[in-house]
Amino acid sequence: MLPQASTIAPHIDSLYNFIFWISLISFVGVVAAMVYFIIRYHRSRWDPFKTPYITGHSAMETSVSVGLFILVMVIFAWGWKDYKKIVSPPQNSLEISVLGHQWFWEFEYANGKKLTNELVVPKGRPVKLIMSSADVIHSFFVPNFRLKQDLVPGTYTTLWFQATQTGEHPVFCAEYCGTGHSKMLAKVKVVEPTEYARWEKEEKKEKGLNPAEVGKELFTKKGCNVCHTVTGQALIGPSLLGIFGKNEELADGKKIQVDENYLRESLMQPQAKLVKGFPPVMPTFQGTLTDEEVNAVIAYIKSLK
Amino acid sequence: MEHHGESQGHHKSYLEGGGIGSWLTTLDHKRIGVMYLAATMLFFAVGGIFALLVRLELLKSGPLFSPDVYNKFFTFHGAIMVFMFIIPIIPAALGNFFLPIMIGAKDVAFPRLNLASYYVFIGGALLAFLAIFFGGVDTGWTFYTPYSIRSATSVILVTMGVFVMGFSSIMTGLNFIVTIHKLRAPGMTFHRMPLFLWAIYATAIIQVLATPVIGITTLLLVMERVLGIGFFDPKLGGDPILFQHFFWFYSHPAVYIMILPGMGIVSEVITVFSRKHIFGYKAIAYSSLAIAFISFLVWGHHMFVSGQSAWANFLFSILTMLVAIPTAIKIFNWTATLYKGSIHLQTPMLYALSFIFLFTIGGLTGLFLAALSVDVSLHDTYFVVAHFHYVMMGGTVMGLLAGLHYWWPKMFGRMYPEIWGKISWAFVFLGFNVTFLPQFWLGKMGMPRRYHDYGPEFATWNMVSSVGSWLIGVGFLMMFIYFLWSLKRGEKASSNPWNGKTLEWQLSSPPTTHNFDHVPTITEGPYQYGVLR
Amino acid sequence: MTQHVVAEHFESAEQAFEASKLGLWLFLVTEILLFGGLFVLYIVFRGLYPELFHEASHHLNRTLGALNTVVLICSSFTMALAVSRVQHNDSKKAAGLLLFTFLCGLTFMIVKYCEYTHKIHEGLLPGVHFSFTEMAHPKAPLFFSLYFMMTGLHGLHVLVGMGLIAWVLIRTRRGDFSSQYFTPVELTGIYWHLVDLIWIYLFPLLYLIG
Repeated sequence: MLPQASTIAPHIDSLYNFIFWISLISFVGVVAAMVYFIIRYHRSRWDPFKTPYITGHSAMETSVSVGLFILVMVIFAWGWKDYKKIVSPPQNSLEISVLGHQWFWEFEYANGKKLTNELVVPKGRPVKLIMSSADVIHSFFVPNFRLKQDLVPGTYTTLWFQATQTGEHPVFCAEYCGTGHSKMLAKVKVVEPTEYARWEKEEKKEKGLNPAEVGKELFTKKGCNVCHTVTGQALIGPSLLGIFGKNEELADGKKIQVDENYLRESLMQPQAKLVKGFPPVMPTFQGTLTDEEVNAVIAYIKSLK
Repeated sequence: MEHHGESQGHHKSYLEGGGIGSWLTTLDHKRIGVMYLAATMLFFAVGGIFALLVRLELLKSGPLFSPDVYNKFFTFHGAIMVFMFIIPIIPAALGNFFLPIMIGAKDVAFPRLNLASYYVFIGGALLAFLAIFFGGVDTGWTFYTPYSIRSATSVILVTMGVFVMGFSSIMTGLNFIVTIHKLRAPGMTFHRMPLFLWAIYATAIIQVLATPVIGITTLLLVMERVLGIGFFDPKLGGDPILFQHFFWFYSHPAVYIMILPGMGIVSEVITVFSRKHIFGYKAIAYSSLAIAFISFLVWGHHMFVSGQSAWANFLFSILTMLVAIPTAIKIFNWTATLYKGSIHLQTPMLYALSFIFLFTIGGLTGLFLAALSVDVSLHDTYFVVAHFHYVMMGGTVMGLLAGLHYWWPKMFGRMYPEIWGKISWAFVFLGFNVTFLPQFWLGKMGMPRRYHDYGPEFATWNMVSSVGSWLIGVGFLMMFIYFLWSLKRGEKASSNPWNGKTLEWQLSSPPTTHNFDHVPTITEGPYQYGVLR
Repeated sequence: MTQHVVAEHFESAEQAFEASKLGLWLFLVTEILLFGGLFVLYIVFRGLYPELFHEASHHLNRTLGALNTVVLICSSFTMALAVSRVQHNDSKKAAGLLLFTFLCGLTFMIVKYCEYTHKIHEGLLPGVHFSFTEMAHPKAPLFFSLYFMMTGLHGLHVLVGMGLIAWVLIRTRRGDFSSQYFTPVELTGIYWHLVDLIWIYLFPLLYLIG
């Protein structure tokens, strides 16, 4: 069973269970009647030329309809009641903006802090996500919260939740968005409010690490690993193993030696010089990575031999 | 005026005479029906192979094919199955063959239009298939914008194919409506029509009213890519959600284009193989029309989390709930028909009963998705995939197979081998449940659809599901073989092997070119079984 | 004069005529739904950007639009007369009226051609191709996408209608039709009226309502 990690999850599960039991009872009813009739009235027991002439029974049909009508209206009303909660964020919500890209998530906090593929939120406080997409439609889906909302380019959609369990909850992209759709993953990290307050204030703390190690962290944090392996296997983009110093053939047939400038340019204007055989799909990291971070990523790539 | 010295053609089976050329230019609704059957079954096989490839990728976690190749697989699987198989097959193949016969007519109202619709269909299908040679297409069968505007694949070819096939669907629907209105034999009132025809009639209405909308939608999508008109492109000021409205305004009614004919077949088969009058004829007949009507009002339930307004969701959810009622009436009436019947468990009946079994699951799981709050968690997960396969395959395909086995002797004058029919049924039925039941659980666990790869938490049930797909494959392989075998070697069929009461069973098997030597006069309803009148 | 033979699967000429007519009406329903999609787009975008429609309608040529409206209404009238003449066994007059209707269609297309060339010249083009500089509204390309899609699809229908009229004109002159059999003329007429009707909606919606 999935954890019920948001305030709405138990409500949604209750209705789910209600429908489940109603369905199971109806299904067993239909199948039991069917199986019983098949056995009881099998042609070996019932003369095909002596079947009774029964053309229907309006009262039975009507009562089935009316009974079912009442039932589905109960389901509807229940669903609507909870849905209204899902779409009504409380006033004091913590607002975080979300931008979906092919194929990673970017979260930006009110204080300008930016995270990729990781959303840190405090437990027990309503959080409102203000979401949009940079390219195509995505959908922000957290199964443990039972919540989902599409991100539509050109408009803002919102989703709010209040987490009830600390820990990491997986996030999926639920609207098909192309090659990296199934790798467009993230996690919601729910922490105690005190820890969140501390986290919110703290500045970058990569002090103890050397640039290549910082770059390695950024490599997964920013979702580079969705498209680029460090093992030599080509995915959506070329593998970065041993790429530094290599001569690559570009899409226009020219050759280029991979150096720091080329790597920087590829991060800032990914489409400027494409390696041959790969689609022009990489997003720009201009504005997402600081100069120091770019240097760290380059240091990391250099270390891959 | 009666001609007694009728030409020889009147007594020859429609299958006899003429080479391939006479088939390709035939105006005979039966031959056109058979040609449709051959084409759509071929497309079904192709779509099935893509389905097996999709399940092969998902057998284990980790990539087998590249994500782009996988995305093309599921797109082709969906597009082929929806537009080239499940929408056309029952109306255009079985409907074409039996509709005129069942109302006592010699042909459909517009035989030339009928043939034209066939070639338009083939042309559209070829256009779509051409995409395979031009990089394929990776948008999913739903062609959501703006992805479909940006995708580097052959979206234009496939959408043009869908556009062209839409014309074919309209032509068929239009032809059937006119035929039913104008060509019924004397005494064949609407209330004496077999329920299959009520279903086909309701389907035809949807075909005529909904298909033009997918026509303009696909046309605009093509224009979007060619001219950059921008209606659905946020970069040019358009609205991608508008595309979804347009798309589902057709594609939701299209779901009923798919399921209603299957329901029609089940109504026929259940009553014949129970040797008993159908329970609640009028309720079944009018529930088909009710479903057709409601189908136009519920498209928004595909978009509960798209960002459309909460009040739109309110409306679409409540209307969607209403679909349950006519659907449940049918299930209730079919089950009640069995009561005190004389149940013959031959292959057509096994499929009809499977329909009730599987479609009930499909229908009930629809309740989860129609309930707003629950849909927020289940939308676009494998729960939805399982749900619509239970409806489309567990419903329509089971209905189709019931009909195909039921009418096979009439269409080709040969019996299929009963024992192989049952073995293949067992594979298909069990395989189906093994494949799709686990997907409900995967969806509940949160596995999104159209995923090329998945985490370890989803591994077990995906493997079970993939193994199930092989069982289905084996079942269908058997069926293809024994059907083809029976064409030449099958036992010769009598004119009425199932003791059916509808008009087609009064003709020889296979029927003659002109169906009826004398126009029949109808004096009673189609299901006059039983002694205690 | 060739005698029309009723297809074998029909009981009578009347049944055949009724069937064809019902078929055509159903076809017209599909046409309306096809255009309906575009009208829905019109309503949506107009609802969103009413000021855009106000501004953009000034860049359409009302005189030419009005001229085309008159031309099409006339053609509908002569078409109706042609049908009535055929029903009265007056093929000769009918042929003349059909020819006039055809020429009206041709006039419409020529005027449309002039309008289009002017728009293309000015850069009032759909979507990404829009290059007109005197319109400030950021969504201006959307209006011209609508304009070209709606009038383009309609123009296509006019061309199809002209083809049908030419076909029944030739058959009328050949003497195929009489008071006994005039289905193609009547059906072409109904179709032509629909084409006309759609224009009667398009003209005010695009050109006039500011």
